[in-house]
Amino acid sequence: MSAAAGGVYLRDTPEAALPPPVLRRGVLGWLRENLFSSIGNSVLTLFCIAFIAWVVPPLLQFFIFDAVWSGSDRDACLASPQLPEPGACWAFVRVWINYFIYGFYPIAERWRVDLFFAALAFGIGWLAWLGAPRRDLGAAYFFIVLPVLSYLLLSGAPLLGLADVTTALWGGVLVTIVVATVGIVASLPIGILLALARRSDIPVTKILAVMFIEFVRGVPLITVLFMASVMLPLFVPDQFSPDKLVRALIGVALFASANMAEVVRGGLAAIPRGQYEAAAALGLSYWRMNALVILPQALRVTLPNIVNTFIALFKDTTLVFIVGIFDFLRTVEAARIDPHWATPITSVTGYAFAALFYFVCCYGMSRYARNVETRLARAHRR
Amino acid sequence: MDKRADAGVTPKTGPAVEIIGLHKWYGEFHALRDINLTVARGERIVICGPSGGGKSTLLRCINRLEDWQRGRVIVDGIELTDDPKQIVAVRRDVGMVFQHFNLFPHLTVLENCTLAPIWVRSMPKKDAEEIAMRYLARVKIPEQAQKYPARLSGGQQQRVAIARALCMSPNIMLFDEPTSALDPEMVKEVLDTMVELAGDGITMLVVSHEMGFAREVADRIIFMADGQIVEINEPKEFFAHPQHERAKLFLQQVLR
Repeated sequence: MSAAAGGVYLRDTPEAALPPPVLRRGVLGWLRENLFSSIGNSVLTLFCIAFIAWVVPPLLQFFIFDAVWSGSDRDACLASPQLPEPGACWAFVRVWINYFIYGFYPIAERWRVDLFFAALAFGIGWLAWLGAPRRDLGAAYFFIVLPVLSYLLLSGAPLLGLADVTTALWGGVLVTIVVATVGIVASLPIGILLALARRSDIPVTKILAVMFIEFVRGVPLITVLFMASVMLPLFVPDQFSPDKLVRALIGVALFASANMAEVVRGGLAAIPRGQYEAAAALGLSYWRMNALVILPQALRVTLPNIVNTFIALFKDTTLVFIVGIFDFLRTVEAARIDPHWATPITSVTGYAFAALFYFVCCYGMSRYARNVETRLARAHRR
Repeated sequence: MDKRADAGVTPKTGPAVEIIGLHKWYGEFHALRDINLTVARGERIVICGPSGGGKSTLLRCINRLEDWQRGRVIVDGIELTDDPKQIVAVRRDVGMVFQHFNLFPHLTVLENCTLAPIWVRSMPKKDAEEIAMRYLARVKIPEQAQKYPARLSGGQQQRVAIARALCMSPNIMLFDEPTSALDPEMVKEVLDTMVELAGDGITMLVVSHEMGFAREVADRIIFMADGQIVEINEPKEFFAHPQHERAKLFLQQVLR
């Protein structure tokens, strides 16, 4: 720099743009950069490798290599000369799998449950695939057609030749999915309405929303379920008292809605006032302003939290066993004490299977949400 | 050429905006004090004055983004009351451009422009897009139509905001410090757009510190301080011979 001493400086030759220096490339470079960049990181890396080496092989050994995959009773899973240390007793799960899925749903009618699963999967796929055609129709299908169809299918419609199946016979994955889906599908719209009501300028609306949200949020789900299933019948005459499962569904839906309302409210608070003003200045009514301008932005901001709430709700569905409903975990619980399968590893296998089921569902939701987040982030920087 | 005749809106008679004895308080603070103002159709008005003097507040009363405690505001023959129907009716006919653009970040430039025509004026999507493209061409950024606002420079965003307001074919346009948030090199492109617009005969109320712009397009200049209208004058007179002490002081500071 010739101008260092002050005075006039004029560049005579332009400086060409150079590629960045090539320092460390390839696998070794990556390892150095990411795993061994400092002494502390190197120690951590070695520690993690040691931990994996210590934990993973025995797990694989137990759940896969030493596992018993077939058999008709407990003898298959007991220690024997051929198998001195038997692993997971998957044979038990195979034998009980229909009970885990359908509960006591009549065997002849189980195709209806399968059809329900298929219809639900179809709807989820339609909505989850962002590039799918006519996603507006998909939403109509999911929020209007599917609930009616599911009700007719599962509960029965004698007019259509579908025999009534009382909810007392429902169980297993069917109940878990029904409770979670109803909770999720109901909580989002109700939660949004509650969040809007809570931010409303109208005092009555606001106070009612605050009271509802704070009350429901302030008690555990178990309490809500107890109230729904024990207290509700006290106030309502017997013949009008809804079904046990319906009561639990209402409880779960209310609980999830109150939580969802708070999550959505957080997103609404993040929207700058200018967005409201711009929408209002264009003549958009309150509902259109929210539907077209505010909520699309607010829900995007809160997507991770919304999915988090869905995941929490999915796991919380296990609590319905408290009011005597046979959800998936309860069926595993009931099956594992079956004397035909009484072995030291039956319970472990049952619980492992349950954990696997919940993990797959929740991890799937989580991955999907991550995926949508990155896609949205990318789309709006175009 | 009368754009309003194009859009099929019959021009009404009477003043565009009539403000009678308007008072507004923010808590204890008396923000607007006895404002009386009549704006004729097609008139171009620039409101200036020291900050905190109530300029923006007054402008925002005209489409009821702010409410007031005393007085009347009549826009396009419609009196603004608490009735949401009246308010929406006024807002449909009054376009507004904000200091911070306030484009909708989740919509493309084109969608920003078609949103209100489609949902407020129930216009078919194709027509709305056609009109939007016409106005985007007028503000000289038709090639950005498919982009999201975040990809545009400040000046481009503000021109989109102007196009968005024009898509509703408003009779009155309100500009709330439209160039204050812009980098200096972008101020001109926005002002040029506004000068062009002023040639169309649309009623314009502009809160601005751009004295060059005021001199060029304004029919009248309104000088506000302390929540009051202190001086109303024609630009030539206002700049050459300001009458009120506050106005003199202000011009000394601005036109140094």
